[in-house]
Amino acid sequence: MIYNTTIDQVGCSERVKRIFSRSIKKESKMWALKKILSMLDLTTLEGSDSPGKVKQLCYKAAHLHDKHPGLPRVAAICVYPNMVSIAQESLKGTNIKTASVATGFPSGMTNLRAKLDEVKYAVNEGAEEVDMVISRGHFLSGELNYVSDEIAKVKEACGNAKLKVILETGELCTLDNVRKASDLAMDSGADFIKTSTGKITESATPIVVLTMLEAIRDNYHLTGKKIGMKPAGGISKSKLAIQYLVMVRETLGNDWLTPDLFRFGASSLANDVLMQIIKQGQGNYQSSNYFSLD
Amino acid sequence: MSKNSKAKKNSSTTWQYSNALESVDHISISPIYNLYIGGKFVKPLTKKYFNSINPANEKKLAEIALAGKSDVNKAVLAARSAYDNVWCRMDSAERGKYIYRIARLIQEKSRELAIIESLDGGKPIRESRDIDIPLAAAHFFYYAGWADKLDYVFPGRKTSSIGVAGQIIPWNFPLLMAAWKIAPALASGNTVVLKPAESTPLTALKLAEIIQESDLPPGVVNIITGDGTTGELLVNNTKVDKIAFTGSTEVGKIIIKSLAGSKKKYSLELGGKAANIICEDASIDQAVEGIINSIFFNQGHVCCAGSRLYVQESISNQIISKLKNRMDHLILGDPLDKNTDIGAINSNAQLKKIKMYLDLGKNEGGIIYQSKHSIPKKGYWCAPTLFTDISQSHRIVQEEIFGPVLAIQTFRTIDEVIAKANNTPYGLSGGVWTDKGSKIFQISKEIRAGVIWANTFNIFDPTSPFGGYKESGIGREGGLEGISPYVNFINRT
Amino acid sequence: MNTSMHINKTYKLYIDGKFSRTESGRYMKWVNPNNDQTINFCRSSRKDYRNAVQSSRNAFNKWNNFSGYNRGQILYRIAEMLDSRKEQFISELMVQGKSKKQSKQEVSMSIDRLVYYAGWSDKFQQIFSRVNPVSTPHYNFSTPEPSGVVSIIAPKDSYLLGFISVIVPAIIGGNTVVVLASENNPLCAISFSEVLHSSDVPNGVINILSGFTNELIDHFSSHMDVNTVINCGLDLKDTELIQKNSAVNIKRVINYGAIDWMNHDSQDPYFIMDCQEIKTTWHPIGY
Repeated sequence: MIYNTTIDQVGCSERVKRIFSRSIKKESKMWALKKILSMLDLTTLEGSDSPGKVKQLCYKAAHLHDKHPGLPRVAAICVYPNMVSIAQESLKGTNIKTASVATGFPSGMTNLRAKLDEVKYAVNEGAEEVDMVISRGHFLSGELNYVSDEIAKVKEACGNAKLKVILETGELCTLDNVRKASDLAMDSGADFIKTSTGKITESATPIVVLTMLEAIRDNYHLTGKKIGMKPAGGISKSKLAIQYLVMVRETLGNDWLTPDLFRFGASSLANDVLMQIIKQGQGNYQSSNYFSLD
Repeated sequence: MSKNSKAKKNSSTTWQYSNALESVDHISISPIYNLYIGGKFVKPLTKKYFNSINPANEKKLAEIALAGKSDVNKAVLAARSAYDNVWCRMDSAERGKYIYRIARLIQEKSRELAIIESLDGGKPIRESRDIDIPLAAAHFFYYAGWADKLDYVFPGRKTSSIGVAGQIIPWNFPLLMAAWKIAPALASGNTVVLKPAESTPLTALKLAEIIQESDLPPGVVNIITGDGTTGELLVNNTKVDKIAFTGSTEVGKIIIKSLAGSKKKYSLELGGKAANIICEDASIDQAVEGIINSIFFNQGHVCCAGSRLYVQESISNQIISKLKNRMDHLILGDPLDKNTDIGAINSNAQLKKIKMYLDLGKNEGGIIYQSKHSIPKKGYWCAPTLFTDISQSHRIVQEEIFGPVLAIQTFRTIDEVIAKANNTPYGLSGGVWTDKGSKIFQISKEIRAGVIWANTFNIFDPTSPFGGYKESGIGREGGLEGISPYVNFINRT
Repeated sequence: MNTSMHINKTYKLYIDGKFSRTESGRYMKWVNPNNDQTINFCRSSRKDYRNAVQSSRNAFNKWNNFSGYNRGQILYRIAEMLDSRKEQFISELMVQGKSKKQSKQEVSMSIDRLVYYAGWSDKFQQIFSRVNPVSTPHYNFSTPEPSGVVSIIAPKDSYLLGFISVIVPAIIGGNTVVVLASENNPLCAISFSEVLHSSDVPNGVINILSGFTNELIDHFSSHMDVNTVINCGLDLKDTELIQKNSAVNIKRVINYGAIDWMNHDSQDPYFIMDCQEIKTTWHPIGY
């Protein structure tokens, strides 16, 4: 395959500005807030993660709607491989999925065999979704075949688990590269493409997300296959999340406004969405003191 | 429009945007507007008024004075006397300060002006709020600074102001065009009689209020409303020294003829039929967005609109299908809704003209595509439209439609597309989309037009000269070149 | 003693780099005031004018694509050729009624004016181009470009220096011209075509006609393929007619009626700019 689609950064920014100028009010805002909740991959990826912390997170995910009946559940809990079984256990009886990062997350700086072993381990532990990272070093040095083969092999190792491919766009330097990596990941077997690990300063930016959504759209027109999208990192406010939904709707259409095809990788977004939902219901602005921190 | 809004229902799988109407409780529109002459609002000697209506719902907004011959004379005399006695004698830095003041007042009242612009002209509030009004203020701000620096504009030459400028502006960017005309005229020491368009006089009259509030000496700017006859009277008034006109090429030609034999200077900004060229190596999604901006901005009521699209053969299917998809996501409706992309057509007359061209295009064998929108029952509307299967000889390719109608052709070679791009009496603007730098310079050099947008379209800035080659006009507005039409060289005619 | 008979020169038009007779076959008589000898100049018709415009239009792209440096060299070459024929032009001016001193001065000023504008060929663009500091992330620059084909009614009374002063700023900026020589005294203009012919000026860049203003002015100003008209006449009716006609395709109309070409100040780059358009180009800045 030749990946030569170019992206003009200024034009892309202008489109983002236009999309973000949409004013989402009243019922359509409520609809969006609930949808966002259902699209959340609640994430904890710290070296200090403990079974206790993961259990707590899962509990929160499963009981978000206790106080506010009628709210949807989040889509998934995203953890490190050794926390998968704990999450799996805690989420029993809910439809919340367990997702695991793998392949030497976040840097990917290990060999292929170790990566595949890690993927198999996570899947064996019960991960229903795997978030892998691409080898940015190989990508940037032009070894596209290497990157593509690696994704294909990870996909194979995933078995029935869904594969989300993290491009770590903050390290890809240009939108042209973001587009190239998106096309490559989709061709190599990604079920989702994802912006970032959340472990470097630059995470999901609007122009990057738009570029990836456009790649998904072009891929759909070419192959008929619907690939999912997951922006991650830096999305902590409902307003921004709603703007991303507008971006999805106006780029890919209503079909993609489902947790099967769109996710937010975030941790603090859930509370903000809840606050907004309650504000919409009660009419007064909310304080974060009334929402649990984890 | 409320009926339309009820159709916006959300289900679990489809998401529609709720109405997001700009609130209008803070704006003031008088029921009657008089002529602004000599620093006062005065009743027209004709005793006649006409209605300004909202094209989105056909409701009357206000009654507007119709200026006749004596009114025009009065305004010109006021401008003449302000020129002789006050304005041309004033210290140039002081002149500048008044213009700054106007700029600031426009900024302060920007939301009110934006809403009135959308009410009166039908353009989406997003555009009047984000483009028209900020640019109008920026234009005054830019030229204010030139007032005391004119000696640096023309190296080796001294200049003088001309006198009374008669200025006639169109209905597509009412306040912005008033700013383009008034700001450079004042900065270079002239006084002004401005005639706004018949269908969109309100923001110019709000500007008159702002000018009054700014304490600009009486008579320096006079704003007289009316129809084509009023404009004609202004053009032919013997005490006017300079005419600046923005409008159709047809009227531009009439003005040139009627000025023949007089000593009046003139500058004209007329029609266009710009070619927008998409090469196969362009950034496709940005090009598609550029095409949308080039033709559907302000319902296509834009003289520099990229109304002729030329797509390189190898990407034409892709571009056209993406374009249709993008068009279907445009939101047509109430101009005051913050989510509206396509507002109302400015007037019934303009809508009729556009429809005539739609019929013509179909009758000539063009394939029409219109995006699917529910069209409000009241008001004047036209869905975004494409024509394919057409050639240079089709009238919809040759003539300025001034509506949201795009004529698409394909091309194979660069030489071919340059020849087609230049195959028009117009020469206002042009667009080129390619990732290759050398191709940009080649094509932008070869297109005979005053403004070339490469990998972008329809953007404007007060520092950037704008104006046409050939039948698209004479002279430039904006930038340092924008001063030329308002000065004479000392010691040279 | 064998006295050889003087050979009279046939004065022709200069169209598309060729010396041709008028297609109309008509002539206009010019009488030498000193010796009552007559010369028959071509009385150009509208068809001659049409051919000349066609030639100018064809030449435009090529000439416009010459570098400024190259156009400057060619203009300087014209100055050299005029200098080498100085005596001829001095005597022609004297034949047309000027004193020896005046004639010498006019020829020398004509050469100087050519050299003056030759020097501007690759400089005026720098004076009148700019990068505009727009507030969006775009690179935006404005440059002058030639207006296209220019029709010129040359000065009636300054038939060498005036003639040169009006055509040279137009062509140095990349325009091509069709010029009507002074109706009163076309001799110098027609002789000047011989200078041009030996100066590497591409065919069609300068076309020179002789004829009657009142027969040609209507066509000079109404031709749809002409972009600019320069009128050096003072007749108000002519000026009005040109103005009216210019509306057919929105020609730019430039009036030089009142200019004293013998004045040293009657030369500056603004004469070049009179036949220029400003083109502004935008491009995003990003990666």
